[in-house]
Amino acid sequence: MSLLNVKDLKVHFPIRGGFFRSVVDQVRAVDGVSFELEPGETYGLVGESGCGKTTTGRAIIGLNKVTGGEVLFNGENLATMNAHERKKHMRDIQMIFQDPYSSLNGRKNVLNIIAEPLRNFERLSPKEELSRVQNMIERVGLNPESIYKYPHQFSGGQRQRIGIARALMLNPKLIIADEPVSALDVSVQAQVLNFMQEIQKDFGLTYLFISHDLGVIKHICDRIGIMYKGRFVEEGTAEDVYMDPQHLYTKRLISAIPEMDPAKKFEKMEMRKEINAAYRTEYDSYFDKDGRMFDLKPISPTHSVAIQQGGM
Amino acid sequence: MAESVLEIENLRTSFNIKGNYYAAVDGVSLTVHKNEVVAIVGESGCGKSALALSIMGLHNAKTTKLEGQANLKGQNLIGLPVDKLNKIRGKDLGMIFQDPMTALNPLATIGRQIEEPMDYHMKLSKAAKRIRVMELLEQVGIKDVNRIYKQYPHELSGGMRQRVVIAIALACNPVMLIADEPTTALDVTIQAQIMDLMKELQRITDSGIILITHDLGVVAEMADRVAVMYAGEFVEIADVQSLFDNPLHPYTRSLLNSIPSNMSDKEKLHVIEGIVPSIQNLDREGCRFAPRIPWISAEAHEKNPKLHEVEPGHYVRCTCYKDFHFPEERVEDEHYVTT
Repeated sequence: MSLLNVKDLKVHFPIRGGFFRSVVDQVRAVDGVSFELEPGETYGLVGESGCGKTTTGRAIIGLNKVTGGEVLFNGENLATMNAHERKKHMRDIQMIFQDPYSSLNGRKNVLNIIAEPLRNFERLSPKEELSRVQNMIERVGLNPESIYKYPHQFSGGQRQRIGIARALMLNPKLIIADEPVSALDVSVQAQVLNFMQEIQKDFGLTYLFISHDLGVIKHICDRIGIMYKGRFVEEGTAEDVYMDPQHLYTKRLISAIPEMDPAKKFEKMEMRKEINAAYRTEYDSYFDKDGRMFDLKPISPTHSVAIQQGGM
Repeated sequence: MAESVLEIENLRTSFNIKGNYYAAVDGVSLTVHKNEVVAIVGESGCGKSALALSIMGLHNAKTTKLEGQANLKGQNLIGLPVDKLNKIRGKDLGMIFQDPMTALNPLATIGRQIEEPMDYHMKLSKAAKRIRVMELLEQVGIKDVNRIYKQYPHELSGGMRQRVVIAIALACNPVMLIADEPTTALDVTIQAQIMDLMKELQRITDSGIILITHDLGVVAEMADRVAVMYAGEFVEIADVQSLFDNPLHPYTRSLLNSIPSNMSDKEKLHVIEGIVPSIQNLDREGCRFAPRIPWISAEAHEKNPKLHEVEPGHYVRCTCYKDFHFPEERVEDEHYVTT
């Protein structure tokens, strides 16, 4: 059985206005998204800003209200649970945030930051708590003395490790990582990515990795879902999506990755021009008359694309 | 070689920290030619933005000490009084900033903002200005020029705003453009558009461009020459093809190896040991990258490392590049010796 099964997830935000601030319209931030996560895999959610990838992640963990659809975690629907029932499952899902500068409370020391999830879910003596925190601190490669330091005394990469330590404290099964390396320099980014892969093996973690960086996603993810305007455009293994992109939007996104070979820079520019031209001529075959994406249609056991039923 | 537009010679920018001056840009020399894009790459804190701001004279004069020269068309910009700088900035020296949201004035229309540098530097009639604005907007790939002319920045998307910023920079036909992370705040597809646009513009104009970025992908796509910066110094200068085909300095090689998309598959990424030194406790005598490659013997480094011209136009600082290898390669070497 899959660990997480998201079925037709919808998150709409009301736009209020007019007479008595009534709801005049909805922003369909996430509009019918379905995917499954197998235990131990890394699933990448990619898209540009505003495509709904972060909202999807936040809806799964309960930070955004779900408008419709199901979020099945180990077969139980988190979307319809009340807060009390939900709490039992919450320790199995943890989140790593984008900005290590603002996601840690600057007025708490590392011990209090990392022990916070423990205090929410377990009753431990201060001694036990301290030893658990110390173990974790060593596990994430920080100096044991650093538990009495404050976040501002650490570098960006170290702070992200503190954020990861906090997420790991309750031995979660699923980690939602929302742009965990976007705010970091390349060399620090490499450190954090390597480290995330290491702990994935050690702790048996499943990752939902949200990012806009296609290079990072390709490196770390087994399967990828590409989002655009709140819907899935294409889903498949990393190889499916990068080597054989089917949807026009995916092609455009892949062609936008800067070319690392200077000799090919004009080639790439021409390629982008062609795709942009195709965007004008073939638009109708990829989007319906409201500009909405079609539903995903499998084209191979692992690869599905949002194309017209019976089309192509 | 084409004629040079900007000659930076031994530029040193020092900041006052608790009474002492520490150099963030430490003796940098670089020449930019006509119609050439020179990229300056490095991680945060290496001094690349400090260098750009020094050329433009945008540092706070009270806490900053500038030494050396930056000659734009034969005139040294360093130490020039503000009123004289104002005659140059926006005219001969154009600037493109990272964040198009904050670089534009939210209270003025786009047309007004593009006309502003022209009011200041050129004497044009109202009609001529308007024609020039339309021309510029078309150059930067904006289609509906009449509408955009009257709009305010908040009505435009990020990519459009960056196009407007570029149009402002180009308004007075600058001989030199400084672009500080022009695509960093943008989405990938928009970044691609802006990169393509700047490549197109480079064909039309003659200006030299300094492109400041941390993204080696952007460098590969846009630059003609590259200067890699570490701890306030250039550690490697080469034309873009040789830098990617034959990177020599340990820092350049480490950086290239830590980029995910550059690796074949789920291999481990290279991690550079240690942290970027702060400008206060930096050993300015020896090789500045030495603490981050401790497995390389001390003899490999030079005292007071200089830039060596290894091949024509390809400069590398310090001698340690000759003996450099990645730690995992060393293990293989030893294995090879013992068997």
